Amino acid sequence: MNQRLRLLVLALAAAMFLLAVWIGGALVSEERYATQLALRNLAPSLQHWFGTDWLGRDMFARTLKGLSVSVGVGIIAAAASSLIAVVLGLAAAVLGRWADRFVTWLIDLFMSVPHLVSLILISFTLGGGLPGVVAGIALTHWPSLARIIRAEVLALRSAEYVQISRRLGKSRMWIAGKHMLPHLRPQLIVGALLLFPHAVLHEAAITFIGLGLSPHEPAIGIILSESMRYLSTGMWWLAFFPGLCLLLVVLAFDVMGRSLNQLWNPHTSQR
Amino acid sequence: MAMEMNHIFLWLIRKTLRSAVLLVAVCAVSFFLIKQSPVDPVQAYIGADMMRVSPEQRAQIERYWGLDQPGAVQFGSWLSAAVRGDLGTSMMYRQPVADVIGERFRNSLALMAAAWVLSGLLGFGLGVLAAWKQGTWADRLIRWYCYALASTPAFWIGLVLLMVFAVWLGWFPVGLGIPAGALAEEVTIADRLHHLILPALTLSIVGVAGVALHTRQKLMDVMESDYVLFAKARGERGFTLLRRHGLRNIALPAITLQFASFSELFGGAVLAEQVFSYPGLGQAAVEAGTRGDVPLLLGIVLFSAIFVFAGNLIADLLYQVVDPRIREGAAG
Repeated sequence: MNQRLRLLVLALAAAMFLLAVWIGGALVSEERYATQLALRNLAPSLQHWFGTDWLGRDMFARTLKGLSVSVGVGIIAAAASSLIAVVLGLAAAVLGRWADRFVTWLIDLFMSVPHLVSLILISFTLGGGLPGVVAGIALTHWPSLARIIRAEVLALRSAEYVQISRRLGKSRMWIAGKHMLPHLRPQLIVGALLLFPHAVLHEAAITFIGLGLSPHEPAIGIILSESMRYLSTGMWWLAFFPGLCLLLVVLAFDVMGRSLNQLWNPHTSQR
Repeated sequence: MAMEMNHIFLWLIRKTLRSAVLLVAVCAVSFFLIKQSPVDPVQAYIGADMMRVSPEQRAQIERYWGLDQPGAVQFGSWLSAAVRGDLGTSMMYRQPVADVIGERFRNSLALMAAAWVLSGLLGFGLGVLAAWKQGTWADRLIRWYCYALASTPAFWIGLVLLMVFAVWLGWFPVGLGIPAGALAEEVTIADRLHHLILPALTLSIVGVAGVALHTRQKLMDVMESDYVLFAKARGERGFTLLRRHGLRNIALPAITLQFASFSELFGGAVLAEQVFSYPGLGQAAVEAGTRGDVPLLLGIVLFSAIFVFAGNLIADLLYQVVDPRIREGAAG
């Protein structure tokens, strides 16, 4: 099997896994993780793969549900963040020097506060909950991708075919739409995919510290922060499996992004 | 040499001015964001006794705090006080915000410094090993470890360490910065260290990946360079070659990267402190956010931005002072 095929299989396997998690989470009905006081605090077994918690809820069903919530939030937030990055990156490179200076300054501004602190701030502003998390992640994660896109467009702008197009009288918007966007598409997809791990991890983190999704949602952050109270009693399964599953989901996205990047990047695609 | 010092000095002034403008902007944006919050500062301050406060008293409190003024005026008075070092009074601690931040930061500093050094050394070592043994199982293992780490929730690592070393093995305490119930004067340095190890370990495990991957790439580039080829042709082999031509060239970028990662370090500390109930600045940030302590939250945002700026400034300065190529490039 050559390298290209291997990368493709890897990316597809990761995508299948994520799809399975997402659909599985959507199919889990609420009664699967309903309170069953007779089945409290059970260690992992064949009936309850991930054990049960102090209310007798099945941790496997809760984890699956939580993962699909996390993946959903991550996709929305990463997509919104990529959109901001594209618009600002294009604007910086196309609209002239002052726009470029302003966007560069904006990138510096957003990178000057640790992500988690700005997330706390935005979440506080929007009163927590789902909108706060999505807005917070979307507003904090665009700078790195915007930087890449800006640099790419700056290089493209001096390319000959773009210069010729301009001499032929095409407008800036036309050039941005017809010449630059198609060129940027692979990078954009990879960039968005690689944004996703950060988005999900920060969603889980902000939920974990109590400023994210509401405690009624079966989010991974909620599950892990609840488990803290029971760890000292030895109920390790409450934290171990949900966290491990989150790791696998994030890793799957990362693998997908990096494989596609290698496939599409002309420097590495032929290896 | 005098010219060079002069040049660095000028560069430093320009950099500081730019940072100052950015800092003011950070404060302005944060202030604006906090003003939009649905959390009512008067209610957050008074808490459960809100029922007993009459509308007149409420208006009085608002006037006393200047809440009846327009937002720009409020920001102006906050900023002018902040420049003089007065960040207001924390609502939770009923102490000046600057004092709270100072005390909390001392705790966090111990944690972050330990993790910073540990992750730097470990990451550098792993990166060198991976590049030196490029393509072998050691390289593959280290790379996979780094990629997996980048996908791991930091607080989950904290939880796992807590379960293994504190709950099962009982080697370390489950949380807090000092033994519970101990008097302040009875707490020894050994106690503090004992409480520091697990959070610091959590933070350094997470911080390894960036330095290791960066170092690996850099060292591989260096080993493919012409001067290493020449050195090999002269008969240099093994560790001597690595030390003379490899390590010298990659040490500075690694150190610089480590200074430039203050932002992630701070974010990681917030989570590690939360898991281990460690009384540092990150925990204070979380409390300020969840309980609506506006002055403290603003103070911490400002402080964290200064912290990140300081790291970036040191990183840039290191390059300016140590790397002659950049210095000449900037002067020319």
